[in-house]
Amino acid sequence: MSVYIEGVLALMGINILLALSVYAILTTDQLSLGNTGFMAIGAYVSAYLTVKSGFPLVPALIIGALTASVIGLLIGIPALRLKGIYLVMATLGFGEMVRTFFMNFEPTGGASGFRGPMGSSLILIYAFVLVFVVFFWLLSRSRLGRSLDAVRDDPEVASTMGLNVTHLKVWAFWLGAFIAGVAGGLYAHHMFYIESSNFNFLLATMIVLYVILGGMETFWGAVAGAVIFSILPEALRFMKDWRLSFYGAVLVTMMIVRPSGIITREMVRNFEEWLGRIFRTEETKDA
Amino acid sequence: MLEMANVSKKFGGLTALENVHLRLEKNRTYGLIGPNGAGKTTLFNLVTGLLPVSEGSIRFLGQELTSLRSHQISRLGIARTFQNIRLFPTMTVLENVLVAQNIRTHSGITSLWLLRDGERKFREEAEFLLKQMGLWHKRKEKSTSLAYGEQRRLEIARALALKPNLLLLDEPAAGMNEAETEELLDRIQEIRNMGTTVFLIEHDMNVVMGICDTISVLNFGKLIAQGTPDDIQANEGVIEAYLGKEEG
Repeated sequence: MSVYIEGVLALMGINILLALSVYAILTTDQLSLGNTGFMAIGAYVSAYLTVKSGFPLVPALIIGALTASVIGLLIGIPALRLKGIYLVMATLGFGEMVRTFFMNFEPTGGASGFRGPMGSSLILIYAFVLVFVVFFWLLSRSRLGRSLDAVRDDPEVASTMGLNVTHLKVWAFWLGAFIAGVAGGLYAHHMFYIESSNFNFLLATMIVLYVILGGMETFWGAVAGAVIFSILPEALRFMKDWRLSFYGAVLVTMMIVRPSGIITREMVRNFEEWLGRIFRTEETKDA
Repeated sequence: MLEMANVSKKFGGLTALENVHLRLEKNRTYGLIGPNGAGKTTLFNLVTGLLPVSEGSIRFLGQELTSLRSHQISRLGIARTFQNIRLFPTMTVLENVLVAQNIRTHSGITSLWLLRDGERKFREEAEFLLKQMGLWHKRKEKSTSLAYGEQRRLEIARALALKPNLLLLDEPAAGMNEAETEELLDRIQEIRNMGTTVFLIEHDMNVVMGICDTISVLNFGKLIAQGTPDDIQANEGVIEAYLGKEEG
């Protein structure tokens, strides 16, 4: 495999994780534009551990992600008081805050960046992708998944069903921060070098776009969005200078033509039924 | 089982409920009637914790509710439906019922990989509830694609999935035709016979008079009468509230 293709695939895998981290928070109807902040925390913490403290990669990634998720809890609890656009603004502020923190934080290189993390292989990246895809697949079929749906659909009614809306929303934030932290760690150890500007606002917007364009109803939408919109800029390279303009035009067209995103829950349901019909012809009477 | 004492609710300068006293006994059916804007739904919102009480106390099975949050109140065994139907729109009919069972079973992170033995019991129970409400054949449809009367019945099934001691129904017969209303009355009788206290808001007098043991009447936030259907029908204050005072 050429280095180029390997690089595209690696970033695609990391983008899938980032999209899933946004989706996790969205499951309770909260939109976060600050996931690059969690990503940066995961990246810097894990990189510091492997480079300066000699930690093996995977434990360092987990510790980095856990650090991000604890910060996610601290952010998630006050963020509960905010809804819609106010939450978007608050999380955006958080992301920028983390970015400028690392720009000025000398132990991890400050403005000159941090050199040395390495070891993210395609296998490792996609192992994490697989773990989280399976996790979300199980979640989508579980009672916990239904509770999250209820909170998203109508938090007030959900609370009259005995569901602790606060817990569920904070848990979703925690989960999203954790996944973004993993993605950040993998990113750092893929790039060999990180600087605070890697975790900028443009990236935060892009990963939200993956989810919106891919479809917000199911995690498959986040996955599909990340895959398609990671490949598209590469596939459009022949357009040279017009590439990003065309990319923008695709985004706008998508929003107009298919506002619910590429993949909807109904599509997944139909697909599963179709699979079911193929693999078991006998017991389809009562599915 | 439910006791409201001196309950008031103020929205800014507006008093929506004033000094309401109400006592519900177990295994009976109660009705709450009154002109539009009398504060009936507000009263339900106070009981279920969706709105904070301004003054007074609400006790349920000996427990003070006014300091509890709505999910804690529903866990004590109070379920409700809504005047403007509020099903979970992205879920199927069956899922709407299943989600209401969540607090009674394992619904945390372990529900991702552990299929409990109890799960079969809960599925069967959901099937029973949906069959009772005549919706089993529509279990896979999106809840919002149901007809109006069906959506109302699904809300009741969902509320019953909580296994409540007290069921609050906010205008369950609204928008139903006569046949559907008859059906509904039978269902409510069944629910009561199974040991659930029913407290309902209703404009359809056939429903209220036909099914309730005790009726309370609200007007401008005040409880103006309470009694059996016969008492209420003969009560001058009630007639006045509904029809206005005869002049001269």
